[in-house]
Amino acid sequence: MISSAIIPQPLAKLPWRLIFLVGGIGLFGLVNLYSAAGGSIEPWALRQGMAFLVFLCLAVTISYVREGTIKALIVPVYIAIVLMLIAVDMLGFVGKGAQRWLDLGIIRLQPSEFMKPAIALVLARFYELLPAGEIRKFRAIWPAAMLIGIPAVLVILQPDLGTGLMVTFAGISVMFLAGVQLRWFLVPGGLLAAAIPIVYQFLHDYQKKRIDTFLDPESDPLGSGYHITQSKIAIGSGGLFGKGYLQGSQSHLQYLPEGHTDFAFATLTEEWGMLGGTIVILAWMAVLRWSLGVAVKAPTRFAQLSCAGLNAVLFSYFAINLLMVMGLAPVVGIPLPMISYGGSAVMTVMICLGLLMSFERQQRSRSTFS
Amino acid sequence: MNAPQRFTTVHQDLTFSRRTLVVGGAQAAVGALLIGRLGWLAIAENEKYNLLAEDNRVQLIIVPPRRGWIVDRYGKPIAINRSDFRVDVIPDQMEDPEREIGLLSQLLQLDPDDLFRIQRELKEARGFKPVQIAENVPYERYASVVVRLPELPGVQPARGFTRFYPAGPAVGHLIGYVGAASAKEYEEEKNPLLITPGFKIGKEGLEETLEKNLRGDPGGQRVEVTARGKLVRELTPKPDKSGKTVQLSIDAGLQEYAARRLGEESGSCVILDCLTGDILTMASMPAYDPNSFSDGIGRTEWKALSEDPRKPLLNKTLNALYPPGSTIKPMVALALQQHGVDPKETVFCGGGYRLGNRFFRCLGRHGTVNMHRAIAKSCNTYFYSMGNRIGYDRIAPMARLLGLGQKFDLPVVSQSYGTVPDSAWKRRKFEDNPKLYARPDWTSSDTLNASIGQGYLIVNPLQLAVMASRIASGRNDQPMLVGVHKNPAPMLNLPAAHLDAVRSGMWEVVNGDGTAGASRINIPGIEMAGKTGTAQVRRIAGGQRGQGGDWRYRDHGLFVFFAPFDKPRYAGAVVIEHGMGGARAAAPVAKDVLTYLFDRERAMKRLGELEAEWGGSLLERTARRAQAIEAAARAAAAAPAAVAQANAP
Repeated sequence: MISSAIIPQPLAKLPWRLIFLVGGIGLFGLVNLYSAAGGSIEPWALRQGMAFLVFLCLAVTISYVREGTIKALIVPVYIAIVLMLIAVDMLGFVGKGAQRWLDLGIIRLQPSEFMKPAIALVLARFYELLPAGEIRKFRAIWPAAMLIGIPAVLVILQPDLGTGLMVTFAGISVMFLAGVQLRWFLVPGGLLAAAIPIVYQFLHDYQKKRIDTFLDPESDPLGSGYHITQSKIAIGSGGLFGKGYLQGSQSHLQYLPEGHTDFAFATLTEEWGMLGGTIVILAWMAVLRWSLGVAVKAPTRFAQLSCAGLNAVLFSYFAINLLMVMGLAPVVGIPLPMISYGGSAVMTVMICLGLLMSFERQQRSRSTFS
Repeated sequence: MNAPQRFTTVHQDLTFSRRTLVVGGAQAAVGALLIGRLGWLAIAENEKYNLLAEDNRVQLIIVPPRRGWIVDRYGKPIAINRSDFRVDVIPDQMEDPEREIGLLSQLLQLDPDDLFRIQRELKEARGFKPVQIAENVPYERYASVVVRLPELPGVQPARGFTRFYPAGPAVGHLIGYVGAASAKEYEEEKNPLLITPGFKIGKEGLEETLEKNLRGDPGGQRVEVTARGKLVRELTPKPDKSGKTVQLSIDAGLQEYAARRLGEESGSCVILDCLTGDILTMASMPAYDPNSFSDGIGRTEWKALSEDPRKPLLNKTLNALYPPGSTIKPMVALALQQHGVDPKETVFCGGGYRLGNRFFRCLGRHGTVNMHRAIAKSCNTYFYSMGNRIGYDRIAPMARLLGLGQKFDLPVVSQSYGTVPDSAWKRRKFEDNPKLYARPDWTSSDTLNASIGQGYLIVNPLQLAVMASRIASGRNDQPMLVGVHKNPAPMLNLPAAHLDAVRSGMWEVVNGDGTAGASRINIPGIEMAGKTGTAQVRRIAGGQRGQGGDWRYRDHGLFVFFAPFDKPRYAGAVVIEHGMGGARAAAPVAKDVLTYLFDRERAMKRLGELEAEWGGSLLERTARRAQAIEAAARAAAAAPAAVAQANAP
């Protein structure tokens, strides 16, 4: 036990348990990326490590922002992101191809990433402002639906189905927790299920193919089904304790595609076995549990709904990626943040965690070390 | 659920807590599902996925086994492997495929067909698997590749093997040949060995039917490869197992002698060990050279072979059918005795036999003949008259008993087994196709024709040899091709007196004043017995008896025989297509081939004289023919080019 006398107050006040947990996941991810590169910190582990540190600092910085400031900024920020999404779509239209980046010269922004936490916060703000008695009225539904629908459609048009689904999922989660009547979820859900075959017609060929091969991976063993098949082989052949660090044949001989990004979990499980995989899952579950705990303990309605929405964002990363990697969901390009190589996912997760830490900070005055 | 009318902040908090619990529960459930799925994949299905991962990681580069030898009854090689030079490439290790293939094609003088195949295979190949550039490369060209290896990364010069048949065409039909597996053969077997460069499978004859024994088991170099086919490292190799050596009942020397002795004729010679049924010789000429077939055969050569009227692609010992002519008279004589005809009983031959208003001719006026004399002189009148007395339905069973119309249990690609007709057979045929036969019932004239080996009766040369063998030994010989057998075949249930009467007639044919008196074996103590036969190719018309004129319409000459007469050991049949007569064309061949068995030197001397007449030994003549074909092919290839040149301004 570290005495609070030695540690300066601002540092001691940080939620260290969470930081250790996240740092542990990140470290495991770096160790895995070192192996995925064939035993080298180049080209992934080093860059990922730097991004991780930078964004962890960003998270800690965000944790000092007050709830009032967040509340004040969220609507303009939301509008700005929607405008950026429109800009990206326009550029994509001009460039005649998938366009997810907004090149600002110095940095390249992927505005859809920012939409993930923003959608949670903006809906929380909307339901905070909505009088309690109105929650059962249509007035509680359509503005929220617009707030979700506009960015979701813009993202899906990019086209980025995975992020679009995540934005929608986070938004609907906030609506659900805000107390919108169940039939608003059940009826559209049923309609959606009925509409799937129609929506399917309008998907891009590669998106259709992903769904086809999810339903029957053997139908295209060398095409898109190849990803899922090879991922399952990597995980399954790892066994209980894995093949040993740097010994994964599936990843090292390049049978596993995207072994450092979307399928990094398969790389990890091949070498560390079910044991390593379970540790990652449990660590992630602990992060999710912590974030939901922050939501439950939140004193204000805005904080409650914001935290729950941010939890939903984190959960959708975790669930979509792992279900996909283990062959339970179609291949959608969602990484497992902090395990998969990729700075933007780390950034989004760190923004979410930073916001959560900020809400958590305001619930207590004591250091987690005391 | 009875929801409250007014919704307050208290309700809101309550709903939030309740729904957070649901969300938390759902998230925990998904977590549990993920861990469960992980366990299912990693533990329950671990074995399956381990296997798949190994399948990915380890690939086998097949090392083809050496094909087993085929040897004769004395161990003399009939089909062996000769080492040769070959050049392969490993696509993955090549640095500049285009330049290297260009250089190789120049060094090895590859033709455009080869280049086209190489380009296609390179495109389809996985990087670590060798692709064949050329096989059977002459040493000088091979050496020119070897010295330039430093500038040819990925090129692998190697020793390979080609099949070699020392006797060449003499064993063509019997042994068959080998060749690269076709796409269809690969589809059937799905064995990756079949598409390994340089690997050949049996395509005809014994090479095809004994494939299982001859092939052996492939070895393999196990290698670890990446998904893109890049070789990472080599693992422990698995040694290959050569195919088994197969010993045949064939006497290679005799086989080659018989094939050479047939010379320029279109015909066949089959000789059996009449004690055991071992086939000593099964020669069919003219024949293709299996050596040139095993290298792959050109279109011109194929065309020349398939258009030759002497049918070098047909195995005449098994797949050619002939009316046996008089060669079956000894068999008919056995049937006559079985049904009560006394060999001493005589028939007067006045040049033919009258049946109703038709007169069936004999080849001569033999006067009073008994069975012995009827066989010796091949008197048709005797067999017309006696055959008509007992009826053909009593002769046919004897024909079958002696092997005619029978299919034998032999490892051959196909046998045409012909027809031994009788009244039931004719009725059946008539019902199948009434247009072909004048009437459904068996007539006396059918019997007369069949009794002298014409009409509906057709057989193959092997059946004739088996008939001679069974008459010679009185045993139920089953012809056998594989292995050397010592135990005599079981006896047929034929009375010795009957057989003796027939055999003595056959002795008279050669050694008395019979039809084949000119073909006596001039070795003291060795006497050959036999029976000549002449089979019409078409109806006798306009006085032309098939004894001259257009080769295609001349009579076939047949001869069945056994020797030595006093203690039969060898029996066989010779058929010379369009040879005009058994005594004239077939019996001399039988005489020389049997002489080879008893006095090799004398037989070789005789063959030398004959081959000098024909213009060189079989191998020399074959080589000359191949050259002519090659020249024709070159001329054919040059012609369009010349035309193109002429058309150019």
